[in-house]
Amino acid sequence: MIAVRSRSGRLGRAALIAFCALVFAFLVLPILAVVPLSLNPGGFLVFPEGGLSLRWYRTLADSPQWTHAFGNSFKIAVATTAIATPLGTLAAIGLSHMRSRAKPVIVALISAPLVMPIVVVAVAFYFLFAPLGLVNGPVGLVIAHSALALPFVVIVVHASLSGLDPDLLRAAASLGAPPLTQLVRVLAPLAAPGIAAGAVFAFMTSFDETTVALFIAGPEQRTLPIQMFEGVREQISPAIAAAATLLIVASTLLLGTAELLRRRGERLRTGSAAPDVGA
Amino acid sequence: MTRRWWPFALVAPLLIFLIASFIAPVMLMLSRAVIDRDLERAWPESAAALRAWDGDGLPPDELARTVAHETLATHRAGTLNRVANRLNYDMVGSRSLLYATADRLAAGAPGDTVADLARIDPRWGQPAIWSVMRHADGPLTNYYLLAALDRRLDAEGRIVGVPREQAVFGDIFLRTFKISAVVALLCTLLGYPVAYLLASLPARTANPLLILVLLPFWTSALVRTAAWAVLLQTNGVVNGALQTIGLIDAPIQLIYNRLGVYIAMTHVLLPFFILPLYSVMKGIAPTAMRAASSLGASPMLAFRKVYLPQTLPGVAAGAIIVFTLALGYYVTPALMGGGADQMISASIAFYTNQSLNWGMAAALSLLLVLPLLLMLFAGRTMVRTVPA
Repeated sequence: MIAVRSRSGRLGRAALIAFCALVFAFLVLPILAVVPLSLNPGGFLVFPEGGLSLRWYRTLADSPQWTHAFGNSFKIAVATTAIATPLGTLAAIGLSHMRSRAKPVIVALISAPLVMPIVVVAVAFYFLFAPLGLVNGPVGLVIAHSALALPFVVIVVHASLSGLDPDLLRAAASLGAPPLTQLVRVLAPLAAPGIAAGAVFAFMTSFDETTVALFIAGPEQRTLPIQMFEGVREQISPAIAAAATLLIVASTLLLGTAELLRRRGERLRTGSAAPDVGA
Repeated sequence: MTRRWWPFALVAPLLIFLIASFIAPVMLMLSRAVIDRDLERAWPESAAALRAWDGDGLPPDELARTVAHETLATHRAGTLNRVANRLNYDMVGSRSLLYATADRLAAGAPGDTVADLARIDPRWGQPAIWSVMRHADGPLTNYYLLAALDRRLDAEGRIVGVPREQAVFGDIFLRTFKISAVVALLCTLLGYPVAYLLASLPARTANPLLILVLLPFWTSALVRTAAWAVLLQTNGVVNGALQTIGLIDAPIQLIYNRLGVYIAMTHVLLPFFILPLYSVMKGIAPTAMRAASSLGASPMLAFRKVYLPQTLPGVAAGAIIVFTLALGYYVTPALMGGGADQMISASIAFYTNQSLNWGMAAALSLLLVLPLLLMLFAGRTMVRTVPA
């Protein structure tokens, strides 16, 4: 970008790259280092010497606590996705067509769960659900996770819609399509990748959520993050590294997919606009 | 013009859900910091009588009779607990005083005058317990907020500091702000060069490098904290590596102290700094820098005078995001820190789950949220006033 000719400039550039390499290492190595640790045949948290073993993954699979926690997390995340995706998608579509002065206020309300300290959110849900008897059931967690996931769905879907050509909707309207038809036949297909990405974000928000779960989930509703939190706190073993590895792989795959979907959506919109104009 | 109404109809379901399940509960929770109805609900007549009393010295006998009557009645109904707990927050020993008095009254001891009660327990003959009850007569109180600021009302109704050994929250709040500020600073120092490098590279090179920032961003904070907890153990990989290269002779303590908290929190929050700054830097036109160079500015001068000022809104946004997220962190300090590294979130959790003093949990939450809202507001104004 900036032409660098002088010797000091080149030196500065080299120093910058070296510094950034260290920061990248700091960002990524701790995550990658967990993988070999989880393959350790012994009970120590060191890099394995002489042979790898899936022993700690077997420990996880054979432990009713871990499998139960996984089942709980999965169910709660699916329910959260089912609530947050339609609500968030509708709102994002509404927002992208809103020209009202109320819009900034509505955006601020929707982003409230993002800026509120998570511990305050957890206490608020605890106070809300404890008198209602919802603290030990899954319902409370699903509601809480939906509220936390909604802003992400709105942001992702809204971003995927903001690049949309408004002429497409005007064209549909001029051809006599009522708003609902415009929504279903024109908007929805174009926004589908963005909506899918939003759904993935909602799922992962719930699946990874720790603090609220620690406050309001009872022993029967132990989620994977709770199980992991207690594991780290009480007895740290290569089983924790194995669980961390599984979660890293899962979130990388899912959110990587969401990112690809998002980009695909971008390409779809920009790609589809040109031939339409030509035709 | 048919598009005027339906955007609102589409947003409405989400807004209703969010207001009912998030905004209202948070408001209700925070309002508990000033609402104090434990005594009023269990002892309605005593609460009314306490409010009517001028609060000077010992109360009239009529008030004593009402309190004695309702103490016995609520003891029999099983609801004395709430009053006993509430008074005990303010004055340790109130709980046992109430229960012992209720037992004696149930056994037939008279309770018609202050003197009668003082014969059951001499503490009824002193102003302190009566003053504590008057402070708890509801419906509003400043007790919890004062307590969260290490202050209390004395028997004469003046605001005084609590005894030194009870004054803990000032230190914890200070520590919370300090840890968050240090983490925001570390993220700025580590993140700025990375965002700059990413923004200055062509997309072909920048995109793969961006994945190195997104990978930790995608992995949950808990998982990354767990990874650090595994790596930083005394006999863990990092200590092993440091010994192998000869930097240290014996394992050093890297976890369950402040260092562990700083390392893990910086790692967790760094992507939140890099990503917004990166998008700000991507939007800066390179032409201004070229113009500066062509006018003879050295790269350093051009950077300082032209590029840096344009990135400041991004730096402010990233630093504020990191700082505000850090303020409310619970999981990472709980797992990486020792007892002296716990942030205000740990106190809030304690009052919510263990001591069940919800007024205290709400007051601490309110004191955490208030500066945060101010910061966000200041951040907005700052971002707006910095020339873009």
